[in-house]
Amino acid sequence: MKKITNLKEFACTPDRFQGGHRLCPGCAHSMIVREVVNATDDDLVISTATGCLEVCSAIYPYTSWDVSWIHVGFENAAAAISGAEAMYKALSRKDKLYNEDRRVKFVAFGGDGGTYDIGFQSLSGAVERGHDFLYVCLDNENYANTGGQRSSATPIGAHTSTSPRGRVSYGEKQKKKDITMIMAAHGAPYVATAVPSTKHWKDLATKAAKAISTVGPTFINALSPCTTEWKFKPEETTEIADLAVETCVFPLYEIEDGRKLRITYRPKDKLPVEEYLSKQGRFSHLFKPENKWIIEEWQKQVDDYWDYLQRREEAGV
Amino acid sequence: MATPKEMLTTWDKVQFGAVLPAFEDPEHKKRSKFHSYNYSVADWRVEKPVFNRELCIDCDFCWVSCPDSCFIVEEVVNKRGKKQAKIVGINYNLCKGCAVCVEVCPTPIKSLLMFPEYVDNDEALKQWPTKDNK
Ligand SMILES: Cc1ncc(C[n+]2csc(CCOP(=O)(O)OP(=O)(O)O)c2C)c(N)n1
Ligand code: SF4
Ligand code: SF4
Ligand code: SF4
Ligand SMILES: [Mg+2]
Repeated sequence: MKKITNLKEFACTPDRFQGGHRLCPGCAHSMIVREVVNATDDDLVISTATGCLEVCSAIYPYTSWDVSWIHVGFENAAAAISGAEAMYKALSRKDKLYNEDRRVKFVAFGGDGGTYDIGFQSLSGAVERGHDFLYVCLDNENYANTGGQRSSATPIGAHTSTSPRGRVSYGEKQKKKDITMIMAAHGAPYVATAVPSTKHWKDLATKAAKAISTVGPTFINALSPCTTEWKFKPEETTEIADLAVETCVFPLYEIEDGRKLRITYRPKDKLPVEEYLSKQGRFSHLFKPENKWIIEEWQKQVDDYWDYLQRREEAGV
Repeated sequence: MATPKEMLTTWDKVQFGAVLPAFEDPEHKKRSKFHSYNYSVADWRVEKPVFNRELCIDCDFCWVSCPDSCFIVEEVVNKRGKKQAKIVGINYNLCKGCAVCVEVCPTPIKSLLMFPEYVDNDEALKQWPTKDNK
């Protein structure tokens, strides 16, 4: 496992995901990806589901990747990486000299659409079969690449192009699906949540290093604030990620072997959810008097969940 | 088995399970002209970040948070013999002007500030705010 000590040392890592890609200015996807691929010195084979990251980092004939990279479909990043991993293992078993001087690790990236929704069956299968890989979900809570449709990661009240706000609608009606707990329930040896906030750079890099070096299927759900669809200024990306943590809207934790839960960061003074919601255009209608109840509902859900996490951690289950 | 370099010559040399880098010359890490690193997104910007080396404390916050891998780093050895990254500049071909780096820069007077694209960098440094005039 690569030792992640301080940022001054980590910043000596030669970048393995390069600029010149066409993600929006201030896009969090690339902040997360850079930290993940820089968190190991081993060779990497990466598969990426269709979505902003894949489309913007591989515009023909260009590539932004300094590592081996496969793109297949929207629904099968996990299937592709498990196939690559199984083949690699088989070749190494047949021929002891096969790539013997290299250590190769397998990583898949998918958006929330490609993970929570359409790619869920292939992810669930790959984890159940026990392949040795890390899956990172870039959770921007919508289908950003196709114009911002809702997904099962979209939180209640959010305006998206298929859950629009209006005279009769307050936006998304459903609650966000708890993908991290679902992946933990598979019994995966390591699952975690992370954010691309400057303050928590080490939390993300350490989790990535840990997940990559763990043998077996591992999963990280990384919140990825989307300047275009969440409607905030590009320079605010890291601040919004930070607020998601300080309000406990997106708590940072990790779970080992499906059981041992550890909260990796505890805000000193938990901020009210309004601090997070008011920064984003997709929630601006919630501040109308008739929608006040949604903010109250948000606060209640966040408090309940934070409470639940703490009790689980305490109980060690 | 063919070496990675040989495999990169034509597609039929590529062998199953080979781990290939995106380099034209893997030994010297030379990127091909179709690596996005050699593409320019400079025309996306209206404003650019200007870097003031004098004020920088090398915390590397800008390096870790820049979504476009723009910060040019030089590896140096500090007083205690540990390697550390020194920021030496910005790759303006890759910068889209999002201003995340300016936002996260922690020095009392920022070591990074946004200036209109047409302002010359030397001119920008002359206009830098001072302690009494922040
Ligand atoms: C089978 C299939 N259905 C639909 C699409 C069109 N499509 C491409 S990207 C995308 C949305 C991706 O959303 P998400 O996975 O959340 O990634 P994001 O773009 O938000 O990062 C859709 C619907 C597709 N490529 N393949
Ligand atoms: S739409 Fe959102 S996720 Fe997609 S590139 Fe733009 S900021 Fe990034
Ligand atoms: S403005 Fe944005 S893209 Fe340009 S160097 Fe700063 S963080 Fe990077
Ligand atoms: S964030 Fe500011 S002080 Fe820190 S390394 Fe970058 S320019 Fe220097
Ligand atoms: Mg998405």
